[in-house]
Amino acid sequence: MEIYPDIGGFYGRFGGAYIPELLWANVEELREKYDSILSCSSYREELEGLLRDFVGRPTPLYFAAALSRESGAKIYLKREDLCHTGSHKLNNVTGQALLAVRMGKKQIIAETGAGQHGVATATVCALLKLPCTVFMGSRDMERQMPNVTRMRMLGARVIEVESGSRTLKDATNEAIRHWINNPAESYYLIGSTIGPHPYPDIVTRLQSVISRETITQLEKAEGRKEPDHVLACVGGGSNAAGSFYHFTGNGKTILTGAEAAGEGTDSGKTAATICTGSEGIIHGSRTLLMQTGDGQVRETHSLSAGLDYPGIGPLHARLNEKGLARYIPVKDHEAVEAAFRLTKLEGIIPALESAHAIALLKKISFNPGSIIVICLSGRGDKDMETFEKYFEKQT
Amino acid sequence: MKKNSIKKVYNPLTALLEKKRSRLLSVFFTAGFPELESTGQIIEALEGNGIDFAEVGMPYSDPLADGPVIQQASMKAIGNGMGLKKLFSQLEDAREKFTIPLVLMGYLNPVFQYGVEKFCKDARSAGISGVILPDMPLEQYERNYRQLFEENNLHFIFLITPTTPADRIKKIDSLTTAFIYAVSSSSITGVRKEEKGGGNFFERLKQMKLNNIYIAGFGIHNSGTLEKAWANSAGAITGSAFINKLNGYNDPDIAVKALLNDLYNR
Repeated sequence: MEIYPDIGGFYGRFGGAYIPELLWANVEELREKYDSILSCSSYREELEGLLRDFVGRPTPLYFAAALSRESGAKIYLKREDLCHTGSHKLNNVTGQALLAVRMGKKQIIAETGAGQHGVATATVCALLKLPCTVFMGSRDMERQMPNVTRMRMLGARVIEVESGSRTLKDATNEAIRHWINNPAESYYLIGSTIGPHPYPDIVTRLQSVISRETITQLEKAEGRKEPDHVLACVGGGSNAAGSFYHFTGNGKTILTGAEAAGEGTDSGKTAATICTGSEGIIHGSRTLLMQTGDGQVRETHSLSAGLDYPGIGPLHARLNEKGLARYIPVKDHEAVEAAFRLTKLEGIIPALESAHAIALLKKISFNPGSIIVICLSGRGDKDMETFEKYFEKQT
Repeated sequence: MKKNSIKKVYNPLTALLEKKRSRLLSVFFTAGFPELESTGQIIEALEGNGIDFAEVGMPYSDPLADGPVIQQASMKAIGNGMGLKKLFSQLEDAREKFTIPLVLMGYLNPVFQYGVEKFCKDARSAGISGVILPDMPLEQYERNYRQLFEENNLHFIFLITPTTPADRIKKIDSLTTAFIYAVSSSSITGVRKEEKGGGNFFERLKQMKLNNIYIAGFGIHNSGTLEKAWANSAGAITGSAFINKLNGYNDPDIAVKALLNDLYNR
């Protein structure tokens, strides 16, 4: 099945581990151990316990009646925004932190864009009493200050990254460099389905809880296991990988990812990697990325910090190539409008990232009465400043 | 077999290593830094000051194994307009004037975009002796690219670190045609830290009785670190320390002399 990488960590020709020798032993140790730990029954029990009692799973599959009426479909929201810390990120972090403990690691390193992954990591580290260092671009720190405060309150050391674009890409670079410098005791806890093998597989598997729950919940609500559509936003691609997982290649469900078009795919200010990128290597993975003709990684733009990343998980590059999922660009203003629409109709303020998935409702065609599951990956509290600016402009 | 294929055509690095197998000194610089057209002057200064071979850094926007010094030099170089096409034309010119062996060092993505085959051919015609691509996976090299590099008379130089297991070092030794780049500490470039057990690393290497020589790099910036590298291995590679000198002195010749003053404690 396309959702699993081969032995070398490749999804077709995407993926692999293109890493400097300095990282080889770190990554190899993880590669050797992850599968047996993730499949071990005591690990699974411990993880399920925490997902239930600490994260707050299962998250509801909420029938959005007003949005459904407006759209002419039966729309269900998978409420990942109701997870502890406010996004799906905690699913992955909890799983990887337990993996780190079982590998005997003593401290956690993470990167963060919007700060959701950083907050989730700082949270689990507080719970498990693990020292935690989070790298965050200075530009992202400015636009997501509440999350910086949360991380610090949780005891994490937040390191401001001034290099390059000062966003997620460079935060990831710095986290990896820190890992090179502190190899033996550190676990690098990556936040999306990116990076060298085995990270994309680890994160995909840990996020697959989203589609696993969806199956059971949808069966109860609708008497069928497969929705007609699943919609999710894609930055690195973790919530999309998790919400597509069990529906991939089933021949019944159309999977659609929303990429951040920024100001438009031909504006030069975009983060729509699949639509406008080309094949290459970023953060140890062969995938699609935004780059110049000389192979330099381009700076991207999205109003949403969580989608402002020049690469895409190799799994998505593969699903796109095989036609098993499609990826549609959504502009900044379309996402903001969708956020306001959802808020007004359903009383739910989505994260700007998740609002890109909501915006797909106006971009895809579906049969009347279709069952559509949208992954509402996070809540919008962190985006108030952006929403406020937009609100002022409108009134 | 592989040794033969690389030896049949003259290769300046092969020739160097045939006559000198200890106390080698190599200097790394980022092409396009401080100025777009600095490449030739820097090569001239390195040759003029008796550096054994030079590593020409191909700047990349996201150099994962590099510290702030080389990162900043790379960004500056990219901003100056440096790219592989430009670099090869500069190196073609330099080749007519200088004989110092040149090794290209950089990351895989720009090479992929250029096309690995075209890269190898252009490197060959620019008289390049070898290539270091730290993020090229060993298995990929062996399966997909080894033949290409060897056909073009290019040594492929692998890195090893104190965390590289013995069987992997042996494997790397078997694929090596010039020397192994031994990173003496688990760190990115330009980090001046003493590895606990760093001495053990070279002791281990010595006992492994490898077929190839190894040259130490990363963190070499003064006579102490240089002498240590020379005692432990066949030579030393210094990079960030030289970039720092280029930052301080505009003239490459003065920068090389200042570097040598530090290294030789003059």
